[in-house]
Amino acid sequence: METIAERQQEVIEEFSLFDDWMQRYEHMIDLGKSLPLISEEHKTEDNIIKGCQSKVWVYASLEADQLVFTADSDAIITKGIIAILIRVFSNQPPKAILDADTDFIDKIGLKEHLSPTRANGLVSMIKQIKMYAVAYQTQLN
Amino acid sequence: MFDVNKIRSDFPILSRQVNGQPLIYFDNAATSQTPNQVIDVITDYYKRLNSNIHRGVHKLSQEATEAYEGARKTIKEHFNAAHAHEIILTAGTTESINLVASGYTSLMKTGDELIISALEHHSNIVPWQMLCERTGAQLRVIPMTQLGTLDMDVFESLLSDKTRLVFVNHVSNALGTVNPIEEIITKAHAVGAEVLIDGAQACPHIKPDLLDLDVDYYVTSAHKICGPTGVGMLYGKENLLNKLPPYQGGGEMIATVTFEKTTYTGLPHKFEAGTPNISGGIAFGAALDYMNSIGYGAIASYEAELLDYATTVLKELPGLKIYGEAPEKTAVISFNVKGIHPYDIGSILDQMGIAVRTGHHCAQPIMDYFEIPGTIRASFSFYNTKEEIDRLIEGLRKAMAMLQ
Repeated sequence: METIAERQQEVIEEFSLFDDWMQRYEHMIDLGKSLPLISEEHKTEDNIIKGCQSKVWVYASLEADQLVFTADSDAIITKGIIAILIRVFSNQPPKAILDADTDFIDKIGLKEHLSPTRANGLVSMIKQIKMYAVAYQTQLN
Repeated sequence: MFDVNKIRSDFPILSRQVNGQPLIYFDNAATSQTPNQVIDVITDYYKRLNSNIHRGVHKLSQEATEAYEGARKTIKEHFNAAHAHEIILTAGTTESINLVASGYTSLMKTGDELIISALEHHSNIVPWQMLCERTGAQLRVIPMTQLGTLDMDVFESLLSDKTRLVFVNHVSNALGTVNPIEEIITKAHAVGAEVLIDGAQACPHIKPDLLDLDVDYYVTSAHKICGPTGVGMLYGKENLLNKLPPYQGGGEMIATVTFEKTTYTGLPHKFEAGTPNISGGIAFGAALDYMNSIGYGAIASYEAELLDYATTVLKELPGLKIYGEAPEKTAVISFNVKGIHPYDIGSILDQMGIAVRTGHHCAQPIMDYFEIPGTIRASFSFYNTKEEIDRLIEGLRKAMAMLQ
């Protein structure tokens, strides 16, 4: 199985192919289309991430000691961002998610292109993913 | 003679690049840009005058006090208040409203009602809700129509001898609607109610005549009128301000202090505890001077031209819907494109150096009324141009192609 670090490296290399913001955004929009969608029953108020201008829902379940994330958003670019996060963090043990750093966001030129209000949304998404990892790690112990 | 290129040269920020493109600033309703004439006043204050006001016997303090009180006089004249001491310098509109709402806590009687409009910014909703929680007063709401105007028939039906205060914005921040405040003030006064008008969005476009309006309280912020952030105004009629208890305690606002009993000083200092934003206050005056040097008549006609042009060309875009089509509105356009989240469009426009606001604009009740998560808001100023509007259209077309 690929580690989180390996997946992050993959994403960084993928994004390094683009030389302007339009290609980067178009790629993000494409990634959003491949997002593993949250089921309707989990699209609840509780699963909405606060701090984003658009609505973002994230849900996690434990399958064979690995966390599986699904999500959705009403904005396409946000969907792309959460798709990148899920691609990196889904199907990984909670412990590995907890230990992972998130510098790759800077390296794919996302953070510099996101204004503080939007970047806060990104920070909230990462925080929520880590919170799920904490909760399930406690369950596993 | 109104010369937009000459005016633009007063604003250094307008020549900067954003994301490799010339900045197009269409977020003027959030904050306006600052001309050299105002920046220089702030710089000059720190280079030449910096000292504390109202208490020093030394030269700097005297000069700074003169400049600060001179600004208060400029503000008084600009808004045509009866007295300079009716102009309280605050941190801005939000603080001005909180000051009044806080003061009414001890002035409310059982059964008093407050009337608010559905078009308000959160800053003109929440302080009053807090007042209701403290006093048990009831909040009544003037509903809005599909055009984004107030339903004045309902307003009349809400008025009664229980009505204590009516607070409405002069211009809606989310939609640009100019509200019929003259009528609101007259009708509220007829039942013995007092009226507070939130002028934050009006003052960049309109020069209100406070004596003529006969309004009880009028509040605004300098940073929407080419002035600095962190300073604003509360105008109140002298007799009302005298009845209103102080908001914050501290230096400057006292007459005598002993541990047994403190007595307060008179207007305006009773409401200005502590060292104020001195450079901000002086620059507020300079900003009004700047606006008047261009002239509100010239500003209004040029901005109306921009609004007409932008409305026409925006409507040509497929699937674009404008929210707020009041017959009288300022140069603000709130819109959405069918099937696209406003956030997505805002993000793409930002990449092209175009600054618009997206979201609920701190006016969630309006968004709930239209059943939308938010809008894209382009708000224009007298330093914007039709060429910039053309670039917005070009940017929107590009964003729509990417997102649809």
